[in-house]
Amino acid sequence: MSCENWQPKIDAYLDAELPEAEARELDAHLRTCPSCSSQALTRSEMKRSIHRAGKKFAPDPEFRRRVQASISPKVSGWRWGWIVEVSAVCAAILLVIFGSMVWVRQSQRQQLVGELTDLHVATLASANRVDVVSSDRHTVKPWFQGKVPFTFNVPELQGSPFELLGGKVTYLDQTPGAELLFTVRKHVLSVFIFKDSPELERSLGSGELMRRLSFNIESWADGGLRYLIVTDAGRSDIDDLRTRFMQAAK
Amino acid sequence: MVLNRDKAYEFEQLAMPLFASLYNLAQWLTQDRSEAEDLVQETYAKALKGFDSFQPGTNFRAWMYRILRNTFLTSRTGLKAARTVPIDDEDDPQSVSPSTTETPESILLARADHDAIQGALQALPMAYREIILLCDVEEMSYREISEALTIPMGTVMSRLARARKAMRQLLAEKVQGAYR
Repeated sequence: MSCENWQPKIDAYLDAELPEAEARELDAHLRTCPSCSSQALTRSEMKRSIHRAGKKFAPDPEFRRRVQASISPKVSGWRWGWIVEVSAVCAAILLVIFGSMVWVRQSQRQQLVGELTDLHVATLASANRVDVVSSDRHTVKPWFQGKVPFTFNVPELQGSPFELLGGKVTYLDQTPGAELLFTVRKHVLSVFIFKDSPELERSLGSGELMRRLSFNIESWADGGLRYLIVTDAGRSDIDDLRTRFMQAAK
Repeated sequence: MVLNRDKAYEFEQLAMPLFASLYNLAQWLTQDRSEAEDLVQETYAKALKGFDSFQPGTNFRAWMYRILRNTFLTSRTGLKAARTVPIDDEDDPQSVSPSTTETPESILLARADHDAIQGALQALPMAYREIILLCDVEEMSYREISEALTIPMGTVMSRLARARKAMRQLLAEKVQGAYR
């Protein structure tokens, strides 16, 4: 084919639109024809120049945002997005509040358990462990009359491994209460009795064995009173004494 | 018609990447920033509305450009531009004979700078300008151009050949004018 026939096809060749066989033929022709190859080269440069020069206008970013906002599925998306965000914030706040409550409760509980353990240790270390020395519950109970703002029953211990040593008035958080001292196989148990309060209830709960400095501490509420056992005796002894107190309270 | 959320999301994913090039084409057509913005905005609104009629698997870019172009052609500026465009679309690109009076292209190009090319593009009739932009700037295939302009492939080739010839002539005038 002559140059005259090839020249109109140079554009299609450069646009990669010439059929493969024809493109191969033109390729071969361009290698041997300086006139056509020069024209192909300049047209290809022209194409590149137009490619660069044609990208003249750029949209304003604000305009782009506006159009995107107008087409994006925003109404429901926005609502859902908003709900998800608010929910996440609420969940985070609740988590913080709940965490703080747990932390505060834990910290109050630690403080209370610490104070009770200290009271028990102080009693053990004292030369006069009790103010009313008696193994007779009918002597100990009346002794507290007028000394503490409540009354309570001391369990019958006959036939049990427990022995009542006596009692004394004690204070927890400026609140008067009774401390009864028992022994079981040479282990000493302090049973503290206070008027129950929401603070005590929240801090101590019920029926959960706590430990501090190797002492076991058990707490329960019954008839408006808060009972606490602090001892180095084992769980079974604690449960036994607790059951006896609960029965006596009925 | 209201698209469901998934469909609207699909449209956004397909249409937004074309934003910059559609805007560029719009401003080349309208020659005015504010009109170009209105045109693009309207194109996106129409395309979203008619997205259900888009055939998956066909060329989305060509479909979007077709909407942009049709929207432009029904606007005041578009109607005026269409009236002033004399197009002699013969399907034989070979009928576009090289002008013997043309300045050799290599000399033309050596002298035509970026601004001269932009000026020549601007001065071209709309139909020539758009086909050159679609082919050389957007790098659309002849098939895509044929879909975008809804013209046969043969017409794409002949119009492109005429448009390029007109471009070279305009450039020659500009360059020769500048060196006269």
